[in-house]
Amino acid sequence: MTCLPELVPGQKKLGLVIDLDTCVGCQSCATNCKEWNTSGMSAPLPDFNAYSAGAEGVWFNRVHSYEAGEGAAGKTVHFPRSCLHCENAACVTVCPTGASYKRAEDGIVLVDADKCIGCQLCAWACAYGAREFDEDEGVMKKCTLCVDRIYNENIPEAQRQPACVNSCPTGARHFGDLGDPESDVSKLVAARGGFELMPEMDYKPVNRYLPPRKHVVPEQGKPVEDAPTPMDIKSSLLRFMDKVLTR
Amino acid sequence: MPGAEPKIDYSPSLGDEVKTTTCYMCACRCGIKVHLKDGKVRYIEGNPDHPVNKGVLCGKGSAGIMTQYAPARLRAPLLRVGDRGAGEFKEISWAEALDIATGWLSKVRAEDPRKLAFFTGRDQSQSLTGFWAAQFGTPNFAAHGGFCSVNMAAGGLYTIGGSFWEFGEPDWELCKYLLMFGVAEDHDSNPIKIGIGKMKARNAKFVSVNPVRTGYSAVADEWVGIRPGTDGLFALALVHELLRTENVDTAFLARYTNAPWLVIRNPGGADDGLFARDPDGKPLAWDRARGAIPAATPDLSAVLAGDYVLPDGRTVVPVFQLLAERYMAPEYAPEAVAKQTGVPAVRIKRIAAEIADVAFNQAITLNQPWTDVYGREHATMVGRPVAFHAMRGISAHSNGFHSCRALHLVQMLLGAVDTPGSWRYKSPFPRPIPPGPPPAGKTSAPNTPIAGNLLAFPQGPDDLLVNEDGSPIRIDKAFSWEAPLGLHGMMHTVIANAGAEDPYSIDTLFMFMANMAWNSAMNPGEVIRILTEKKADGEYRIPHVIYSDAYFSETVPYADLILPDTTYLERWDAISILDRPIGSAHGPGDSIRQPVIEPDRDVRAFQTVLIELGARLGLPAFTKPDGTPRFKDYADYIANHERTPGVGPLAGFRGVDGDKKGVGEPNPNQLQRYIENGCFWQHKIPAEQSYFKHANAAYLKDSKAMGLIPNENQIVMQIWSEPLQKFRLAAQGHGPKQPPEHLRARVEKYCDPLPIWYTPLEQQMHDTTGFPLSAITQRPMHMYHSWGSMNAWLRQITGSNKLYLARERGEAQGLVDDDWVWVTSRNGKLKCQVKLMEGVNPDTVWTWNAIGKRAGAWMLTPDSPEATKGFLLNHVISEWLPAQEGFRSANADPVTGQAAWYDLRVDVQKCAADEIPLTEPHMATLTPPPGLPAAPDMLRYTVGVKP
Amino acid sequence: MKPAGSIVFFTVASGAGYGLLFWLGLLGAGGLIGGDGIFVLTVLALALVLITAGLCASLTHLGNPQRAWRALSQWRSSWLSREGVAAVITYIPAIGSGLCVLGGAYGWAVLLAFVAALCSLATVYCTSMIYASLKPIKEWAHPLVPAGYVILSLFSGAALLATLMALVGEDPSVPALQALVFGGLGAGLKWQYWRSIDTARPLATLGSATGLDRIGTTRPLDPPHTEANYIMREMGFRVARKHALSLRKITLWAGLALPALLAACSLVIAGPLAALLLLVATLLALAGLLLERWLMFAEATHTVTLFYRGT
Ligand SMILES: Nc1nc2c(c(=O)[nH]1)N[C@H]1C(S)=C(S)[C@@H](COP(=O)(O)OP(=O)(O)OC[C@H]3O[C@@H](n4cnc5c(=O)[nH]c(N)nc54)[C@H](O)[C@@H]3O)O[C@H]1N2
Ligand SMILES: Nc1nc2c(c(=O)[nH]1)N[C@H]1C(S)=C(S)[C@@H](COP(=O)(O)OP(=O)(O)OC[C@H]3O[C@@H](n4cnc5c(=O)[nH]c(N)nc54)[C@H](O)[C@@H]3O)O[C@H]1N2
Ligand code: SF4
Ligand code: SF4
Ligand code: SF4
Ligand code: SF4
Ligand code: SF4
Ligand SMILES: [Mo]
Repeated sequence: MTCLPELVPGQKKLGLVIDLDTCVGCQSCATNCKEWNTSGMSAPLPDFNAYSAGAEGVWFNRVHSYEAGEGAAGKTVHFPRSCLHCENAACVTVCPTGASYKRAEDGIVLVDADKCIGCQLCAWACAYGAREFDEDEGVMKKCTLCVDRIYNENIPEAQRQPACVNSCPTGARHFGDLGDPESDVSKLVAARGGFELMPEMDYKPVNRYLPPRKHVVPEQGKPVEDAPTPMDIKSSLLRFMDKVLTR
Repeated sequence: MPGAEPKIDYSPSLGDEVKTTTCYMCACRCGIKVHLKDGKVRYIEGNPDHPVNKGVLCGKGSAGIMTQYAPARLRAPLLRVGDRGAGEFKEISWAEALDIATGWLSKVRAEDPRKLAFFTGRDQSQSLTGFWAAQFGTPNFAAHGGFCSVNMAAGGLYTIGGSFWEFGEPDWELCKYLLMFGVAEDHDSNPIKIGIGKMKARNAKFVSVNPVRTGYSAVADEWVGIRPGTDGLFALALVHELLRTENVDTAFLARYTNAPWLVIRNPGGADDGLFARDPDGKPLAWDRARGAIPAATPDLSAVLAGDYVLPDGRTVVPVFQLLAERYMAPEYAPEAVAKQTGVPAVRIKRIAAEIADVAFNQAITLNQPWTDVYGREHATMVGRPVAFHAMRGISAHSNGFHSCRALHLVQMLLGAVDTPGSWRYKSPFPRPIPPGPPPAGKTSAPNTPIAGNLLAFPQGPDDLLVNEDGSPIRIDKAFSWEAPLGLHGMMHTVIANAGAEDPYSIDTLFMFMANMAWNSAMNPGEVIRILTEKKADGEYRIPHVIYSDAYFSETVPYADLILPDTTYLERWDAISILDRPIGSAHGPGDSIRQPVIEPDRDVRAFQTVLIELGARLGLPAFTKPDGTPRFKDYADYIANHERTPGVGPLAGFRGVDGDKKGVGEPNPNQLQRYIENGCFWQHKIPAEQSYFKHANAAYLKDSKAMGLIPNENQIVMQIWSEPLQKFRLAAQGHGPKQPPEHLRARVEKYCDPLPIWYTPLEQQMHDTTGFPLSAITQRPMHMYHSWGSMNAWLRQITGSNKLYLARERGEAQGLVDDDWVWVTSRNGKLKCQVKLMEGVNPDTVWTWNAIGKRAGAWMLTPDSPEATKGFLLNHVISEWLPAQEGFRSANADPVTGQAAWYDLRVDVQKCAADEIPLTEPHMATLTPPPGLPAAPDMLRYTVGVKP
Repeated sequence: MKPAGSIVFFTVASGAGYGLLFWLGLLGAGGLIGGDGIFVLTVLALALVLITAGLCASLTHLGNPQRAWRALSQWRSSWLSREGVAAVITYIPAIGSGLCVLGGAYGWAVLLAFVAALCSLATVYCTSMIYASLKPIKEWAHPLVPAGYVILSLFSGAALLATLMALVGEDPSVPALQALVFGGLGAGLKWQYWRSIDTARPLATLGSATGLDRIGTTRPLDPPHTEANYIMREMGFRVARKHALSLRKITLWAGLALPALLAACSLVIAGPLAALLLLVATLLALAGLLLERWLMFAEATHTVTLFYRGT
């Protein structure tokens, strides 16, 4: 149903929290997502020109890298990007067929491939580029928030997490209910000043990103290269000699 | 009705079957669970119980499916039918292949076993391959360590008895300050990532010293964009600062290092610089009350400074005095090194002050009693929570050995070796310094095995593998005066030396898992030239080349006989305690790989083939007395081979009942026990053994019992290295074994018993004015050397590479992103595209390693970006130093022979507007061997879901 | 945005068809269309052919055209669905009025044609709203976009109708006048629109898209994948500014102003020459509209390109 579900107080909003201070850009979330989902509910995730020029495939998660700021205050930031499961998901409302929908029970935005006509309007409507068109099958696909893992009774409880969260070696990815202010993820977001992407677009994404921590800005200005001060090696050594060193 | 939400299957099964094994998309050895459905791989996930990766996986490990099903997999043994390099092969049977190999090898073995050069690359079965080579009787064996990171291994093993690399790790749980030097990814891929994640969660400080700000450096709290090759100087300036401010853990030095040991001062004498020893050979220290007594005296009250005279009249000084004299000198002051390192003096001072503050004012005290080697009980463990880690940014320079030692020196001064919160040994380390017997191979004879380890640890000139005239015994010249501590061999020189027949010619080059005609060669064009070179009689310069690869790599066309290997999911393997096990600071461990799927091709596991060749050649360890094969296959060998009685490839579940660890008779069910345990074995050491392992009585005792170390003695860290002083004394004209004249000055200078810094050799030896930029490479986290490109998923992430350049510099040259440029070095030139960035040292350019591919290889179409836009920096690196007075040495560290990849200097100039946008050199397209299927255009890989 | 040929053709062809249907209904209701039933039926048929050809072309843009019927279901939220519904509904009065003409029920025919005219307008408006409702594309989510679609549809429809009337010897001045008016309006609107999008502030920046503006100027370092991908091929298309400016000029002068001028001329010249002028005007208008729609895509920028290019 392409009308968005009514938001009720305490609404469950499952989503991801990605820590940009910790992400080292290893691509594990991207490839693990691909391997889980290529045989998951949106299977397969095709690859075109797989062994030639112009290789490109369907990926639900892509890791960019950026540089922000200049000089000593500058930072290199690795930036994974997948569907943000927006509250105001325009990708859903534009869908003419009802193939795109946002679930009332947990806020996950999904595509029903059997209904999708492949008009691609949702891809145009998503401000974040999170829609992935399977040009072979002619249907739209996207991050499912691993809905076939997080409730999967064939998976041990500790691993009932999105594939990308489970595999992330640095623990930069967190999954949980962002609608519940008491959840671990909500507390993390509050503590670290988590933010939404492109707030001005008013999509109200559920996923949050944690900013790189402020770190020491090394000494500014011209390096002081005063002449080497000759050390008084002798008296230093004498002091070392005086230290009583019993085992 | 059209609006209804579809029914979702929330609990689809993950497959019909799940098997544990060990990942081999890289050498990190993570535990994996492979889910199979309909006989195909459905999903590979990290094994949450595994000590290495604790359930996580990296970008490569998660893409294993595409490596398993890559169209570039070799399918059957191949015999060359055309010229070398032409790629003309015919498929043959294994029986034929083994007959041919046996024919060539048995002739070599009967005539002169040295004529076999057996060199292996990224494999993890060196305890088997090295043993096999010794059994064959050739000294000419090594794995890739010589071009990889022997500087780190040698620097550590000769100093602290362990090392960075994969032999040590920061105390991720407790460290408060991590200083990381030159690490992009390392072998410990996932453990480092897990560790950084833990530090981040604790908000501990992480400083990365690296010319480039990507990857780990990107998340560091502070990035020090040092100029390549100057870390040693930076570290020695830290030493200077710590001494100047007297922030030195003298108690640690006195107890655990040779700082109090007495060094003989006798300039010009044959004993100058050696330790003063008692008649039993025990090193002496100066006790305040008792004078010179053995340093190992339990209640020693040592002095660290002063000149003393022994009863026999010789003048001695403690090691500490020598070190203080040297590093307090003004040449190591931060102000003096700022310009060369590119790190401002104030910053060096601040970092020195910060690490001192953390080490001494924020020390950690664990309420954990322990007993030291002198039997003294300590109620607590006091830690200096400053951890260091370093890798190839240090090692891949010709001054890397000493730079690595300089880092260890800082650690020792801080008292931050194997204490809570500092850097820690990983089992089986620490080991005696140096660890074991000297290298074997001084002599070789037809049809005779060599006893001992080919790659081991020289203590001085007597242990070198050199002839009477000082010339090298080994083809790669490791353990010669050119590389006295060439502990890992020098794979990078083998083909060049064989081509020059220096020191002699070889008959058969046998390689395994090394892409020597491409990314593991310094100067691939030259390697290809030598492999295809014919002598006057029409015979190839290297008459036989046997190669085992699993994929159609760039090296395949240059071999005569190809032995196609299985993939990592199709074979048995041992990540052996005799080799590079999965031990951690928490205790020893090792693991196996089990076949999880059947090969669908006529391929065989290389190790099984090697064992069969061993039997066919009649190598004693591989044949029973009646001449029949001793082992059925590799699995049989893993379980039943004993190196020494009770010690075999695997340490776990030994003994007939599987209840012994380390030492015990072979267990017929050992592999089964490993499988039941998730394909690994781990022994967790008790908490009292966790730290101070070098002097921890209980730890040393248990380790000895498990066969990890030869005795229970304290492992005293070596600030002053006596083996190095012995080489130097030889160079100064002492002793029967002395370096040849042309190497005398070099040995004297570089075998300094204390860490030194010098301009990298290549840069000393040629005029670098025309080559203003240092050029280095980095490992991409999601690619493993050349292995990633046949993987349909990974190659999408990085299908081509650019040369990254400081924005300011680029703009000054009128360059914009994607411009094509010529990169010129003293060795040649290449063409590639540039990308400007902020986070790079302004005097440095860099690129991702091994992304560029030769057209046609790996079953990629010739128009693939890997071959048209991707480039290999190796084309402009030289395997030789500039010729000096008529001789050329390897472009390598003068102590260890480590390949100096990162000493390269280049110039970058924009291409003319009319030049074709195609990478150069662009070598001729390779043709695939027969039988390989055409690569599909489109993949719709899926298992068990839709038809 | 990458100009999708099928969609460019669709909006131009069905836009002209709906415009024609609109004028047919409106002028028919006002008794301003001369000619016999055959002529009316011919015009109606032509309108439906254009509409249908356009709709069929748009189906080729779909990954699964056989399921296109599903697109009628979500009219409560989706402008694409509403467009589909409106398009389907429009056929009913349109075909109905044709049948009435055939059956001689002229009163009903006029009424139904008028309803069809309103439906046409509604359909074109729905089409325009598909674009105008796409927030990430500032060149589309622009108030002049719906007006532009409607005006240009009326312009091309009027020019077509005038030409047809002139060709069969009827007096084309009423539709020609409309062509002149809407051509002029269209030209003014496009000029205004271009001025407006040229000066519009970007919707977002790479800094806000990544949140890294809190650190400083943000620039892409490495893309997630080194080769292109669907999103970038689809949303990352860019036309060179210089190129776009000259195409704008051609559209404005040759596609809008000149046909309007020719229509004006036809008002003062009678006979076959007028028919010829109107024919040329119509062909120019249609070609101009193809160009205009192409530009509409080519000049449109999507926020997703921020992630890849930084702009
Ligand atoms: N410019 C530059 N060059 C470098 C370096 C650098 O930093 N910069 N680093 C150097 C270092 S440290 C190293 S270790 C080398 C590594 O370089 P190489 O040792 O060449 O390593 P790879 O390219 O990973 O792989 C070697 C071969 O192993 C094959 N292979 C993969 N899996 C299997 C298998 O299961 N069985 C068999 N038999 N073969 C298999 C691959 O197909 C490939 O041909 O590169 C060196 N080269
Ligand atoms: N994903 C992945 N993992 C791998 C490999 C792989 O190919 N891919 N290869 C494996 C192998 S064989 C090896 S040897 C290890 C190597 O692992 P790393 O040591 O991580 O190897 P490099 O990529 O060579 O990283 C060297 C780092 O040092 C920096 N550097 C270069 N010169 C200097 C210098 O002078 N000073 C300082 N401080 N830094 C410098 C470079 O910018 C780079 O970040 O990785 C292993 N793990
Ligand atoms: S990120 Fe895009 S695809 Fe995901 S819910 Fe938001 S608008 Fe839809
Ligand atoms: S492509 Fe599919 S999911 Fe997207 S809007 Fe069209 S019908 Fe809906
Ligand atoms: S939640 Fe699942 S589908 Fe979404 S990016 Fe992560 S792994 Fe992919
Ligand atoms: S797996 Fe984790 S660390 Fe790696 S790229 Fe993804 S978020 Fe970053
Ligand atoms: S680090 Fe990655 S590739 Fe290497 S063994 Fe672990 S999971 Fe496999
Ligand atoms: Mo390596």
